Amino acid sequence: MDLPLFLQQLLNGISLGSLYALIAIGYTMVYGIIRLINFAHGDVLMVSTYFTYFGISVYALPWWLSVIIAILLTALLGILIDLGAYRPVRHAPRVSALITAIGVSFLLENLGLVVFGGRPKAFYRPDFLNKTYELAGVHVFSLSIWVPLVTALLLVLVFLLLYRTRVGAAMRAVAKDMEMVQLMGVDVNRVISLAFAVGSALAAAGGIMWAMKYPQINPLMGIIPGLKAFVAAVLGGIGNIHGAVLGGFLLGVMEILLVAFLPSLAGYRDAFAFILLILILLFRPTGLVGKGASG
Amino acid sequence: MSDWRGRDRTYRLCAYGSILCLFAFLFLVENYADEYQIRILNVSAIFVTMAVSYNLINGVAGQFSLGPNAFMAVGAYTTALLTISPAEKELCFIIEPIIWPLSVLHLPFLPSLLIGGTFAALLGFIMAFPVFRVRGDYLAIVTLGFGEVVRVVANNTQSITNGPLGLKGLPEYTNLWWSWGVAVFTVFCVTRLVKSSFGRAMQAIREDEVAAAAMGINVFRHKMLAFVVHAFFAGMAGGLMAHLVTTISPTLFSFFLTFNLLVIIVIGGLGSMTGSIIAAIIITYAGEWLRAVEEPMAIGPFNIPGIPGMRMVVFAIMLILVMIFARQGLMGRREFSWEWFCGFLRTGERRG
Repeated sequence: MDLPLFLQQLLNGISLGSLYALIAIGYTMVYGIIRLINFAHGDVLMVSTYFTYFGISVYALPWWLSVIIAILLTALLGILIDLGAYRPVRHAPRVSALITAIGVSFLLENLGLVVFGGRPKAFYRPDFLNKTYELAGVHVFSLSIWVPLVTALLLVLVFLLLYRTRVGAAMRAVAKDMEMVQLMGVDVNRVISLAFAVGSALAAAGGIMWAMKYPQINPLMGIIPGLKAFVAAVLGGIGNIHGAVLGGFLLGVMEILLVAFLPSLAGYRDAFAFILLILILLFRPTGLVGKGASG
Repeated sequence: MSDWRGRDRTYRLCAYGSILCLFAFLFLVENYADEYQIRILNVSAIFVTMAVSYNLINGVAGQFSLGPNAFMAVGAYTTALLTISPAEKELCFIIEPIIWPLSVLHLPFLPSLLIGGTFAALLGFIMAFPVFRVRGDYLAIVTLGFGEVVRVVANNTQSITNGPLGLKGLPEYTNLWWSWGVAVFTVFCVTRLVKSSFGRAMQAIREDEVAAAAMGINVFRHKMLAFVVHAFFAGMAGGLMAHLVTTISPTLFSFFLTFNLLVIIVIGGLGSMTGSIIAAIIITYAGEWLRAVEEPMAIGPFNIPGIPGMRMVVFAIMLILVMIFARQGLMGRREFSWEWFCGFLRTGERRG
């Protein structure tokens, strides 16, 4: 393997990894606060791509407007899921909450099949994402550059929210000690709703870019990115937002390089994430970064 | 003879009698019911086997596993590879020929089924070492991961599993006697295990792991026992299922299957074998009834188009509602017993 090819694959890996990172933040925020693996996170992502699809194809809105509306609607969906399904089981045993989350995941997938139909739909890709540049022998797909850029922008926004605003401080505090924060007069339920909204909005952004990358959507498309982003969150140390970002990038790069260097293992690509997950949980269950910022 | 011993004998006779009644019923069904009814009953029995064994690890031992599909896949593939005739195998494996010892092996159903179960149990034994190093929702995710890994491996080992094409032309061995025979055997073994000291230790671990360990229970060994027994019966159920549908491919053993089982044991009540049996039968039949929803209907002048996928929507909503409003499910942790039943009859007499 020569250098240009390596750089090209590295860029692909970073681009994939930034999507994992965006989705992983939603997992880690929710887990950090209410200790729930939100199984439905990947399916929320799927719904967001359908919102965008309907905006562009059915209501004939400009693509950027559909994307913004879809992200807002998905944030709302996240809040509604929390209100409708997770809040009633908040004080139940954790396994009950997990079963509820699995139920919500299957509900979204199958409602998707019922409402949107099982046939995959072509997804719109704006022209400026469709170009290929050549820089010193490296073929660069413009989408692979834009995805990490947008991700970086969103990450800056999230960290500003978390570290420079009052609600961000409340969020970090709730993750540290929910009961204590409640005594200090913080409305915990609102903070949790906000976490779901932010997590879902990021998942929507990730999902829409995912759909532009593989320009096709179907009601089951959320499963694989959802599961892998979860692995990324655990890899970084679940409950830790910096960890989720690091884990996402690492997983994306490793996955792409594995497929590029060992094409004979390409079929095992989806198993790789899980094997990695099992290894992390065995040898370093707190993840690479461990409990930190919001754990 | 003291009174309790006499009563004990009565209850045992009741149990044997009811099993006899069950098989008499099956005999009638086999001779007088149509193909469709027989098929649903077969599926019910397989789900009973799976649900009861799954409930052992999830409900009794309290280890929330999401990987029964892995064991069913291993059981199904092992059994199928042993029962398909060598000639049929040669026809089946068109992309890559099957590897040597498997290409000539050919066994009857029972040994194949037992070997299938054993292989699944072996996988369970190996998996137990990593899986039980974590707890709670992490354990759920790790077992889910193993389920996916097994599926991916089945998709990629062309020369053993025939990859995504799957195996075709399995002999249609599964009939009411096999499926219900295995189901009764499973219920017998699992309930005996639950009532034994091993079972009590498992329940102690479910309630409080640290306290159980402090009482001298070897926590890991008991979790492992529950897991391996679960794996064995799930493997057998997989074998039965394979020989009922006669075609298997990796997609048959996706997380979807685990979800169905989860719905069953949650609705029946985590920890109640009686609940699992009842729920397995109800859910199988409910699935068939809900098939009507998915087909186009004509009520008078109105034509309602069919809604495919509606069944799973209903099941998912049911699962969420049970979790929110009736976490105990149908039975909670209660079990059916003849003692309770006779008591029930007696109070009925007194009232009447």
